[in-house]
This record gives sequence, C-alpha cells and structure tokens, in this order.
Amino acid sequence: MEKKIKGKVWKFGDDIDTDIIIPGRYLVLTDEKELAEHVMEGLGSEFSRNVQKGDIILAGKNFGCGSSREHAPIAIKGAGISAVVAESFARIFYRNAINVGLTLLESKNISKKVSQGDEIKINIERGVLTDLNTGEEFEVKNLPEFMLDILNKGGLIPYLNEKLEKD
Amino acid sequence: MAMTMAEKILAKASAKKSIEAGEIVMANINVAMTHDLTGPLSVESFKKIGVKKVWDPEKIVVIFDHQVPADSIEAAQNHIIMREFVKKQGINNFYDVNEGVCHQVLPEKGHILPGEVVVGTDSHTCTHGALGAFATGIGSTDMAMVFATGKLWFKVPETIKFQIEGSLNDYVSAKDVILNIIGKIGADGATYKACEFSGETTKEMSISERMVLCNMAIEMGGKTGLVEPDDKTIKYLEGCSNKKYEIMKTDDDAKSLQTMQIDVSNLEPQIACPNHVDNVKSISEVEGINVDQVFLGSCTNGRLEDLRTAAQIIKGQHIAKNVRMLVIPASREIYTKAMDEGLLKIFVDSGALICNPCCGPCLGGHVGLLGAGEVSLSTSNRNFKGRQGSPDAEVYLSSAAVAAASAIKGSLMDPRDNK
Repeated sequence: MEKKIKGKVWKFGDDIDTDIIIPGRYLVLTDEKELAEHVMEGLGSEFSRNVQKGDIILAGKNFGCGSSREHAPIAIKGAGISAVVAESFARIFYRNAINVGLTLLESKNISKKVSQGDEIKINIERGVLTDLNTGEEFEVKNLPEFMLDILNKGGLIPYLNEKLEKD
Repeated sequence: MAMTMAEKILAKASAKKSIEAGEIVMANINVAMTHDLTGPLSVESFKKIGVKKVWDPEKIVVIFDHQVPADSIEAAQNHIIMREFVKKQGINNFYDVNEGVCHQVLPEKGHILPGEVVVGTDSHTCTHGALGAFATGIGSTDMAMVFATGKLWFKVPETIKFQIEGSLNDYVSAKDVILNIIGKIGADGATYKACEFSGETTKEMSISERMVLCNMAIEMGGKTGLVEPDDKTIKYLEGCSNKKYEIMKTDDDAKSLQTMQIDVSNLEPQIACPNHVDNVKSISEVEGINVDQVFLGSCTNGRLEDLRTAAQIIKGQHIAKNVRMLVIPASREIYTKAMDEGLLKIFVDSGALICNPCCGPCLGGHVGLLGAGEVSLSTSNRNFKGRQGSPDAEVYLSSAAVAAASAIKGSLMDPRDNK
C-alpha cells in the first residue's frame, strides 16, 4: 500500500449502495477489468468512462451499504481508484475492500469540504488529507493496526499465505 | 461477567470465558454457506491460498439460488465452477438449482442451530439469527479464509435490543415492524451492531416472522439479527435437526447493551419508497401510486405464511389488468406445501405467474426485470436505484398483504380496505 496518495476527486453522496457500485446483472463477471467497465453504473456511465488511474473517490456516510458482493471493491480497484475516502463505511464493504487491498479512509464531514475535481493528497501515516486546490487540511482516521497490516501485505490472501508459511 | 447473546456465542466460538464488545476475536465457524453468485469468487480466492483441501467439507453448504436455472452462459459457467468445487472437495451439503433460496433452505434442512456461528457470502445471512445463531454476511475473500482455516476474525459487536411491544393490527406483520424500525433509525442506524429483537410482540411471532425481522437487520447496517430461542424455536428445530445445541441469552446487565422501546400497537402497513430502505412511509401516505409489477417472494417474504396471507386476499379475484404479478415460493418445500393447500391455484387463477424457487427479480439479475419508468412493489428487502433492472425503474417494498391487495387494485393499497 502507498503511504502517500495523490489524485483527483470524484465526489459521491450518502448511502452509495453496492447496487450502484456494481449492478446485480454484472455479478456473473469475476475479472476486475471487466467489472471496472461497469463501476458506478447505477448512476450512469460518466464515472466508468472518465475515471483515471490514481483518482480518489470521496463520499458521504454509509458508503458501500447493501450486499456482500466483493465485486464492488474489486470493480473500484479495477478502475484504478487509489483510495476511497468517506465519512463512514458499511461494514461488509469495509472488510471486503481491505481484504482485496483497496485503501479506505474515514474523515468527518469531508464530503461538505472538498469539491468534485479537486486535487487532493493524503499522508496515511500522519492521517492528513490536503486539498491542493484550497490548501485546506483535514484529519483522516487511520485504520486499526490489524487491518493496516492486511492492507500493507496487499490483502487478506497474501497476508494469510505469509502466516500459513510461518506456522 | 454479564454478556449479550452475541458476546456469549462469539466467546464460545473463540474458546474464551468472557469477551467484550470492541475486542477482536478469532472464531471457529460452524457453518459456511456460499451460493452461485458469490461462490465463484470465493473459489478463485481459495485457489490462491496454499491449501489444497477445505478445512471441513461437512461444515460447508453450497446452494444455487440466484440464477436458477442458469439464464445465461456466464451463469451456467459459474454453476459448473461450483459443481466441480463441490465434487473435488467432497462437500455433501450441496443444493443444486432445484431447492430454493439459501436463507430458507438452510434452516429447513437443519443447518442452523442456536449458539453457533454461521457465515455466508450473502448479506442477508443475518436471517438465521432468528433461531439464535450468530449469523453474518461476509465477502468472498473472507470465505476463502474460512474454507482454508475454519476460522474468521470478528470485532465483537455491541448490541441494540429492540423491545417490541403491542398487538399488531390485522394485516400488519413483521415486515411492517422492521420497516418501521429502519425508517426510525436509518440505513446506518445500527452500523456494526448486533440487533436483538425482543419483547412480547416478538415472542408472539412465528419463526418465519422472526426471520423477516432478522433478515432486514443489515438494512440498518447491523452485523447480525438475533432472537432469543424459546419453545417455538425448539419446536421448529425438532422438525429439521436432531443435533445438540446450546441456547444462549442476553444478560440484562450486559455492559454493551442498549435498549430501544418500539410500540407497534397503532402501526399501519409500512412502505419503503424509492430508492432507500429507510425512506419509509405509512400506506395512507402513498396509497394510489400505480404499479406495473408485484413480486411476492424472496428470503424476506417468500414463506408459506406470506403465500397464505396473499392467497386469502386474492382468492376469487383477478389481479388488475395492467399488472404483472410474480409469485416465487422461497423453497421447494414451501412450493409443494402451497400446492397441497391450493394456494398456487388461487394465484394462477388470479392471473399471477408462479416461478421456480429462487431469488427472482430481487436483485435484478434473473427473471422479471424492470424497464425504464416502470414501478415495482416487492416483498423483498432492497429498493436501491437499479436494484430490479433499469436504474430508471422504481421499487417500493411492502408486506405480502399489501402486495396482494395492491396487485388486485393496480396501485398501492391498504389490505384492510380489500373487503
């Protein structure tokens, strides 16, 4: 996992559910690139057509609510998103994202303070998000150490494989 | 130490005397369920782990319910992947395309027992807490870890106890109660909490109704739904399992326990309006909205009681001219019982379609999808944008009684007015 992330913001609202992130009819797919072609399609195709590698999703509360489909974080990761910053996350999505190696960060009221298209940088170790368009800094809640450990290994499978080898 | 039911179950599963909310424990899993839609990813992840055999094939349940029979080549390929996995791993608890929806079939076949830890790659796995198990939805990678090790880590959740009191009005049921609660506390009102349903009203409810409450715990962010086992639970289990189990109950003085009083004595039928489950209104506020399709089924309300209630309302009447009605019994067992009781004939005579037991249009992947501008009234559990097909369609959620009355009328209708 990158300790410092820089990218352009794509803004979303509250309660972005997994059917918006990847609609049910695409769950027959498993490949991350194929899934990425339909990411956020619940809100139209603007995002999937224009998203660039390294961009950052910034949303309100309860991001990822709904289904346990891991296709959701896989589609986001497949689209090249470097991190999702939200005010809060639904818990199954939260676990799934960490498990597939997608960086998630929580920041209070952030969706009201940063604008669509702004360039932001995040220093994960210091827990600081900077809006490069306005110069404003915001606090980012760090992940619990246990989850950071999984993320640093690139997800649950590499983490587990290392553990199994040690045992 | 005083503990909640959720804490006691997780303590036992992680071989600890006592645990507290917030603690991270590594729990032994009793039942691991996966289905045709999220199974292939679980198998793919499992193959990346350096283990050849699953930890215990007897504790794994594989079931096909989302796209049955296969409606596309991709779905058929996914079925093949799962059938091969089941064969190679020696998994006997395998239900192919003909059994029904996972959250009905698992309890029916005796896989769910009180006091056990159940995980499934489906967010509505929380349904099984209705029998007093700690049951929760997980992703495919977590499932791969369970397949390999039989264990999974959990942050022990705090508990909200919903103390539900009051007698329900005619044609008001568990669905209305849970929609009312979700409307009150919001889609993230119980994030990462164990939602325990209690009080006289819950005690009066059948196991099927308790399953409705627990099924929708996830719609307010809950980690699991739970109901304390009682005589009804024991009787239900006698019919489907001869295994031993341990009943655990929440101590009143448990530290992480928060209680919420819910009075349902004057509750009207409730409707979740597009596009969020917590956008809940009473039927009187939305009566008259036209519907194109009515879906009676799903892991929320596709059980025998739901079919009985709907058939009683529909009997001798025809559904409205411009309405399509899909009736999908949640399992083969329910299907045959509904057939024996003559319920299916009532539906067919009224102009409804009966489909094979499956998830149906609930998640917009299989039969009965909606086109742009269409409106669905559904007894399922989610009404997100695009959930049942076109992102420009709308989904309302209700009980079986409201669904039946509205199918006859052609618009949202209070079942109590269908005289």
